[in-house]
Amino acid sequence: MKRSNAPIFWLLFGGGGMLAALFGTVLVFITGLAAPLAWPFGPDLLSYPRVLAFAQNWIGKGFLFVIIMLFAWHAAHRIKVTLHDVGIHPGPVSKLVCYGGAMAITVVAAASLLSIGF
Amino acid sequence: MSVKVGVRRPYIRPMQGWWRRDPFFIRYMLREATAFAVLAYSIVLAVGVARLAQGEAAWNAWLAALKTPGSILLHLVLLVSFAVHARSWFEIMPKTMPMMFVGGHRVEGSAITRTGWTATVVVTLAMFALTWWWKK
Repeated sequence: MKRSNAPIFWLLFGGGGMLAALFGTVLVFITGLAAPLAWPFGPDLLSYPRVLAFAQNWIGKGFLFVIIMLFAWHAAHRIKVTLHDVGIHPGPVSKLVCYGGAMAITVVAAASLLSIGF
Repeated sequence: MSVKVGVRRPYIRPMQGWWRRDPFFIRYMLREATAFAVLAYSIVLAVGVARLAQGEAAWNAWLAALKTPGSILLHLVLLVSFAVHARSWFEIMPKTMPMMFVGGHRVEGSAITRTGWTATVVVTLAMFALTWWWKK
């Protein structure tokens, strides 16, 4: 019997969903609202040298990569499954678009973070 | 849907818009739709690290884009969506995880849900503290 590859996608879905539940809300607030509005952390929170140093540190780099990658795979799997409920049934096309999109985001994040250096 | 038309014309219940028939299904779709917010934020961050890798000018352009009213509005929607996700994720968790037993008694679903929400609050506060510390 051919082994199913489904558990891999469940694991990525579950891990991403857990991280999104724990970290998502506060991260959106910090990067998307607090930083551009310069409140309550001041205007230089995400200045270039500070974020560059963060992304060059292996903890910061790893955190950014795991968040971006797992969020993308969580969303891809959940959207693929929900498309079934609105009449777009699972098949090679929905799989390619959803998982392919997540793969593209993963590759962009990995290549960028690696080129930033350590 | 392709249906063979013959002498018999059986009634086929239309499924179009099924989820708008019941508030339970509307809540289900709302919770599933948070995946689009998670996807959008993942793209925002991926573009961010790509711009960071391109240098200071590109990074500052990304920061400027974050300051536009459209981006602020988007992130307000994302904020609410992530909160809905966090709430529903831990509401569903007792149904998706294997049964847990402590001292011979099954751990109540509500206890698991409350633990999850508490964890989210703790992580949120810790992230605020870390950001405050990082700012200095």
